[in-house]
Amino acid sequence: MADHAAAAHAHTPGLRHHFVDMDQQRESARLGMWLFLLTEIMFFGGLFTGYAIYRFSYPEAWRLASHHLDVALGAINTGVLILSSLTMALAVRSAATGKKQLLILFLIATLVFGLVFLGIKAKEYHDKFEHHLIPGTTFEAEGPWAHQEMLFYCFYFAMTGMHALHMIIGMVGLLILIRMSMNNKFSPEYHPHIELFGLYWHFVDIVWIFLFPLLYLIGRHAA
Amino acid sequence: MSEPTHHEKSHGSQHIVPLKVYFAVFAALMVLTATTVCVAYVNLDWLNLPVALAIAITKATLVILFFMHVKYSGHMVKVYVVAGVLFLIIMIGITLSDYMTRGWISVPRGWQ
Repeated sequence: MADHAAAAHAHTPGLRHHFVDMDQQRESARLGMWLFLLTEIMFFGGLFTGYAIYRFSYPEAWRLASHHLDVALGAINTGVLILSSLTMALAVRSAATGKKQLLILFLIATLVFGLVFLGIKAKEYHDKFEHHLIPGTTFEAEGPWAHQEMLFYCFYFAMTGMHALHMIIGMVGLLILIRMSMNNKFSPEYHPHIELFGLYWHFVDIVWIFLFPLLYLIGRHAA
Repeated sequence: MSEPTHHEKSHGSQHIVPLKVYFAVFAALMVLTATTVCVAYVNLDWLNLPVALAIAITKATLVILFFMHVKYSGHMVKVYVVAGVLFLIIMIGITLSDYMTRGWISVPRGWQ
């Protein structure tokens, strides 16, 4: 077993020369992806911090403004995104167990659920446009908190917009992965693209898990 | 670099999670989503925000541990995840400790 490393290199085509074995290579890839996700946490964290400051400063405006959001659509979208996370987790599992057909199927399912999410999001944006809730000169709100309500919608569009952008990038990633899967690029030992994309996808899901209650549900208890 | 035990360890890195774990986590996430929507319409006064955040943090933890395989990953990945959460808490915590305490001390005419 002393020449285990050399043996591993001879038998695993996906193994790069600077890694001891697939184990170490996989763990290194995971660390790299998590490092990227940490920067993403701080990026969205900045938006959440800004949200927190102004929610603390203008609680009444935040409460009023959040009442214009459609809780039903938001809740359905949360369910759709959790469903897409499940299919993504199952896709990673299928890749690890070498089930190519299932892998492609679950990737396509994830893509479809992602598109459903973006479709519902587009409908919500459209409604906001019709109700004159887009921040700017056409923004319509009454009462002493009109300006601060517009600020809420600045955060709403910045946060959900950034989230949606991540979803769109994810859609492109999924298309690439589906194509690579069809071309037999992956094996049970070597499928880092699938696994690391899964981490990204779940991260985007987690962002929404926080966005949904903070944007849609605050202040519902006091109508 | 490679010891006799190294080969046995290689199964640990690529952990195949039983299907029922994924479905159980999915079910829990759905139930928690329904819970947070229902609780939002109940007036708990100042407790509404902490309850909503607690449910969201629980959901995020489930996703991180099981869907993102952190429970089955190595120590370094766990350290990275904890570091990420820690720095997020530092950023939000210290920023809010400024904004939320500005009214505590009266500085009549600002700093002059």
